[in-house]
Amino acid sequence: MDILGTVIRLALRGLMAYKARSLLTMLGIIIGIGAVIVMISVGRGANASIQKQISDLGANMLMVYSGSTKKGGVKGGHGSKPTLRVADAQAIARECPAVAEVTHITLRSSQVVAGEKNWNTTVYGTTASYPVVRDWRMEQGEFLTNQHMRSAANVAVLGATVVKNLFSPGEPALGGKIRINNVPFTVIGVLASKGSDPHGRDQDDTLFVPYTTFSRKLHGRRLPGVVNVIALSARSKRLVPEAKREVEELLRQKHRIAPGAEDDFSVRALDEYAQMADKTMDIMTILLTSVAAISLVVGGIGIMNIMLVSVTERTREIGIRMAVGARERDVLVQFLTEAMTMSVLGGVLGTLLGVGAAKAVGWATGWMSPIDVDAILLATLFSAGVGVFFGYYPARQASRMDLIEALRYE
Amino acid sequence: MDAPVIRFAGVSRTYPMEGELVEALRGIDLEIEQGELMAIMGPSGSGKSTMMHIAGLLDTLSRGRYELEGEDVSSLSKNQRADIRNRRIGFIFQSFNLLARCSALENVELPMLYHRPGVAERRERAMAALEAVGMADRAQHLPRQLSGGQQQRVAVARALVNRPALILADEPTGNLDTRTGREIIRLLSSLHQQGITVVLVTHDPEVGRAMRRRIFLRDGLLERDEAA
Repeated sequence: MDILGTVIRLALRGLMAYKARSLLTMLGIIIGIGAVIVMISVGRGANASIQKQISDLGANMLMVYSGSTKKGGVKGGHGSKPTLRVADAQAIARECPAVAEVTHITLRSSQVVAGEKNWNTTVYGTTASYPVVRDWRMEQGEFLTNQHMRSAANVAVLGATVVKNLFSPGEPALGGKIRINNVPFTVIGVLASKGSDPHGRDQDDTLFVPYTTFSRKLHGRRLPGVVNVIALSARSKRLVPEAKREVEELLRQKHRIAPGAEDDFSVRALDEYAQMADKTMDIMTILLTSVAAISLVVGGIGIMNIMLVSVTERTREIGIRMAVGARERDVLVQFLTEAMTMSVLGGVLGTLLGVGAAKAVGWATGWMSPIDVDAILLATLFSAGVGVFFGYYPARQASRMDLIEALRYE
Repeated sequence: MDAPVIRFAGVSRTYPMEGELVEALRGIDLEIEQGELMAIMGPSGSGKSTMMHIAGLLDTLSRGRYELEGEDVSSLSKNQRADIRNRRIGFIFQSFNLLARCSALENVELPMLYHRPGVAERRERAMAALEAVGMADRAQHLPRQLSGGQQQRVAVARALVNRPALILADEPTGNLDTRTGREIIRLLSSLHQQGITVVLVTHDPEVGRAMRRRIFLRDGLLERDEAA
């Protein structure tokens, strides 16, 4: 072991003797390992951030959108055709065993007034089970109840952004009086802040009222019983595809769609977003991994080149070592250790560079960029591997040198 | 009676050179007893360096038999020869052959790197060897900070450090001025007085005269054997 210590000390002394040459040789490894570290940490940070946004939308959630209108070949997009009804949501709750909770939403942008302040936000008419499906906590008070539905009560639950814009700091929102389209409502609850959804929309800029109140007193007179979206949660992550199938089957039957005809609705699972995000991540990972791999190979070739030069330059030294009793293996180990010292040192510098870059990216984007020990371990192992692989050939050249020739070398 | 340190029986060495076989040694018979102080002399190309390389197990012989302290070493593997060089033979070269990036002390420690005593013992023995050649106060100097004579003293310490039976010196005074050369010869003579067998190659008659025994080579043959 102490032989290795001596060899490493001598190798470092050799590297220090040719600082510029050593640094340039290590540059490939530094960049390669740095790229690996940044890739792993930023990739994980970005992915974690996307996955968190998606899971914040609601666990195991599926959305049912009404179909598209079609006027003279122009399609209106999802939700433009009023095909979904409250009765559909109730039927799903009754008849689909893979579905845990169902809610439905009718929404419209409205002007809301509280005292001297006013704010334009999206008003949702929904049911008592909405926060369960969306996995959304209350900050204060309570959410709408079935009692509120039956009585079409003038009560509202506010998102955090709406509270901020309608009430002064310190002023209690709970029990406050607001007016929506001049209809008076009492605030009975405030929702916890949920932040932006994957599209960047502020989910807290919303206001909830009972769907019965919404359709009778606010906007629903034109199309009674029609809803924009049915949202539901599957009983487990595993049951999401099963729930999707059940809902599709039930709605086709209820909407009397002939076999082979196009659905007048669409069911979308949120894990499709997650899969999409994963796929993007995978492509990015492959790209960065190839950059890192190429850089490591180029760096390795650089080390091999310098080691070959070094073996030639030090022919005499090799001869002397052999004359005083170094065996082939001793010489091989010495030069292999030097190559590895160079590549591992490059790996360490690369790791520092990568950690720095990852921190900078994390700071700039607000993603958490976790630096984990296994990434650093992997990088070190990789650089040592590069050293052994590309150092072996020069080291073998050194160990097979003819002793008499080596001693005569000038 | 112990076996001779070196016994050559019909030792020959041929090299291929530009398509032809050159005979550097052509059947040498020679015995060198323990504790001898001997010079191998002869003109350039007489085969004295080849003889030294073979005696030092740096090179192999083509025909014949070589016994080192009674043991046949004519056909050992590369690694076996390295081990014997390490433990039983010390080398001194004309151009000193110290490692430029290592201190005097580290140079003397070099043979022990491959013999593997512990760090502390290594240091202690290297210091003792430097002490013996009068270089203890220069232990941390690099070779380029030392004069030629001082470098050769360090090389002698390196040759001594594994307590070899045999020290081989190839033109040890060749790169030194006369006065420094004499000092080195005195140093080698004192080693001989401690019971170590010393064999050196030289073409300097003055150095030869300082030895107890001289052999003369010519064209790969033993021409003359003079004992003082």
